[in-house]
Amino acid sequence: MDFANFLIQLLNSLQYGLLLFMLAAGLTLIFGIMGVVNLAHGSFYMLGAYMAWFLAAQFDSLVLAILVGTVIAVALGWVLEWLLFRHFYHRDHLDQVLLTFGLIYIFEEVRSILWGDDVHAVQVPELVNWSIPLTENLSYPVYRLVISAVCVGLALGLYLLISKTRLGMKIRAGAFNREMTEALGINIRLIHGVVFALGVALAAIAGMIASPIASVYPGMGSSVLIMCFVVVVIGGIGSVRGALVAALLVGLVDTFGKVLVPQIAGMAVYMLMAGVLLYKPEGLFKQ
Amino acid sequence: MSELLLSAQHLTKRFGGLAAVNDVSVDLFRDRIHAVIGPNGAGKSTLTNLLSGDLPPTSGRITLNGVETAGQSPERISRLGLGRSYQKTNIFLPFTVWDNVRLAAQSSERHSPWNPLRWLGRADQLRAVNQRCERALELAGLTHRGPTVAGTISHGEQRQLEIAMTLATEPTVLLLDEPLAGMGQAEAESMVALLLKLKKNHAMMLVEHDMDAVFALADQLTVMVNGQVIASGTPAQVRADPVVQAAYLGEEHA
Amino acid sequence: MSSPKATLELLPKSMQVLLGTGALALAVFPFVPVEGSAFYLQMLSQMMILAIFAMSLDLLQGVTGMVSLGHAAYFGLAGYALAFLTPADTPISLWWALPASALGAGLAALIIGFFVVRTHGIYFIMVTMAFAQMVFFLFFDNKALGGSDGLYVNFRPDATLFGWTGIDLENKTTFYYFTLAVLVLVYAFLRRLLFSPFGRVLSGIRVNEHRMRAVGYGTFGYKLAAFTLAGSLAGVAGFLWAAQTGYVNPELMGFHMSAHAIMMVILGGMGNFAGAIVGAFAFEYVMHFFKDLTKHWQLLMGGFIVLVVVLAPRGLLGLGERLLGKKEH
Repeated sequence: MDFANFLIQLLNSLQYGLLLFMLAAGLTLIFGIMGVVNLAHGSFYMLGAYMAWFLAAQFDSLVLAILVGTVIAVALGWVLEWLLFRHFYHRDHLDQVLLTFGLIYIFEEVRSILWGDDVHAVQVPELVNWSIPLTENLSYPVYRLVISAVCVGLALGLYLLISKTRLGMKIRAGAFNREMTEALGINIRLIHGVVFALGVALAAIAGMIASPIASVYPGMGSSVLIMCFVVVVIGGIGSVRGALVAALLVGLVDTFGKVLVPQIAGMAVYMLMAGVLLYKPEGLFKQ
Repeated sequence: MSELLLSAQHLTKRFGGLAAVNDVSVDLFRDRIHAVIGPNGAGKSTLTNLLSGDLPPTSGRITLNGVETAGQSPERISRLGLGRSYQKTNIFLPFTVWDNVRLAAQSSERHSPWNPLRWLGRADQLRAVNQRCERALELAGLTHRGPTVAGTISHGEQRQLEIAMTLATEPTVLLLDEPLAGMGQAEAESMVALLLKLKKNHAMMLVEHDMDAVFALADQLTVMVNGQVIASGTPAQVRADPVVQAAYLGEEHA
Repeated sequence: MSSPKATLELLPKSMQVLLGTGALALAVFPFVPVEGSAFYLQMLSQMMILAIFAMSLDLLQGVTGMVSLGHAAYFGLAGYALAFLTPADTPISLWWALPASALGAGLAALIIGFFVVRTHGIYFIMVTMAFAQMVFFLFFDNKALGGSDGLYVNFRPDATLFGWTGIDLENKTTFYYFTLAVLVLVYAFLRRLLFSPFGRVLSGIRVNEHRMRAVGYGTFGYKLAAFTLAGSLAGVAGFLWAAQTGYVNPELMGFHMSAHAIMMVILGGMGNFAGAIVGAFAFEYVMHFFKDLTKHWQLLMGGFIVLVVVLAPRGLLGLGERLLGKKEH
């Protein structure tokens, strides 16, 4: 493999890993802080993508679609938490699994009713619809770099939020000791709402920004959910740092695995997970 | 000379920078009760966990019935003849008292989970298991409570059940973590009588806060503060030790 | 991961009556002159097969307390085993194909179990799902294994035994009774298992695994054995499914299939195997009902699942007892 090809694959793995991180961060935060597992997390990714396609067509601008879509996602997350999820924080994981599985069905049907079951393509915004030439024959799409940049920006924002702001401090306190945090007069319900909405928004944004390069199709939620779970298992539940490391690792292994050993293609990541399970059954960065 | 059944030497357990147990050595002899006392956070529970296999030590040796057990799994250590009761009642609440003890007693049969014969026989018809179960219940004074669901019996009876389950595997070494926890006067006296009865043929380590019970039961006494042993000897020796008096017992016990 | 819900080990009277009536109804159904009976025969056969599948999961979930989101992997693998074993022009013998497929599914469960059984709680749920998806993609992505189109099972297995051709599984009614017999056998085996030394250990692990280890049980070995046995029994169901429908595809190993199984076990009440049977029939009936009602049946199905979780977490029977004001066991 020559350097240009290697660079392309490396950039691809980075971009894939970062997108996975957006999803895994939300999932792991929600579980780490509220103790709830959400199988419908992939559905938010799917809804984000379909929303981007629909709104981009309405506004004739993907950027505007993403901005509006983010607001909708935050609102959706907030309402879902208030209406449903907050009543399940103390329930069995089994109940949570089933509840969110039921939600998957509901979201699938809502999407079907609103936007149908067809596969769609979303246009890359004109401004970034060009490629950087690497060699005579190879070039790399700028939009993919934009995706990575946006993810990095959001990841940085998340880091700053959690470690440098007072809200972040309250979130961390709530994860550590809920009763004490409440006793200190901090509105834990508000915190939970914020965290949940944040998680949903991250997943939806991932779906929205990825929509031009990954086609928009009904099953996209499930396939990304699995990878998300793998990332969380490898990284360790509740650890955002673990999610980042694991997501990048998964991105690398999956991308290079498919290129170097196509026979085992999709299996490489699972073999990685199996390996991690043998030595660290609770993830690399267990809390 | 009493037989040495469990010997722990220079046990240390660190969590990050903190040494919860720091260079602690304890010897348990047959027919003797060795009590470990100390304020909250002294490391007594951690020490018990190190001996029972719930935690691996950072350094040190543990020899149980001639076998090195430091860092071994709880099930292996149990099979080598150690029984442990818990400070926070750790029973099977939905099962009857009988089933609780029977399940513990069955473990000594060392069945293989892959043996299809064990998938088809009836568990309640294992004679040796039932006999062990009866013996343990009788020792603990719970024979009459067999058919009652464990979640519905009194706190004192649940503590008795704790002991019964510990005895069901017929261990030679007993680690008892605050068996008198939460008991009223009468219940505590029964428990003390039970523990004295158990001395025969067992090497016992007793972690306790109830000082009356400790001085009534202990042949040997170890005092722990901040993870370290500050005194060890007979109750009389420890009681008279000025370091101990200052650190723990308080002036009125002098 | 302990689940206090599965305490209905001893069947309450209502459940015993329900089971007895149900068994009787199933036994006489083929003799009842009903319009479209061939269709109902097939539907009931499938429900019975799913009941076996649900019972195998109940062993894992209701008895041992291990919530697997990947149980369908073993169901599907055994189905594919039959598809691969059946030649293009002649049926395969039931008497070795069924054990072989079930053991194959069990072997897969043993291998995967070796990795997943060392995890707990939410990790276990996630990794069982992940490995099942791995199996799904293995078949989905590989044309050699049938790909997304799946494979046909050209013939139902041949039940000829030492020359006696009395049982012809190509006959719908015969197949129906064969399935019923397997259902009863598996149920009897699992009920027996529940009160065996092995079964008691599994229950103990569900309630308090920590104490089980403290009294000397190697709980990893027991959980792995339960995982393997449950996988084999799921394989029995998968084999029958492939034989019944004549077709296998990766969806049989998919996430939806696994989640449906969990739902069935919950619906009827966990831990006594009878609930799994009731749950399977109830779940399938509801799904068929919704599918007939509207093309947006998924909305109704999702709503139904959410409602059950919110209102009846102990299953329909638990709800029934609560409504009637009876004391719970």
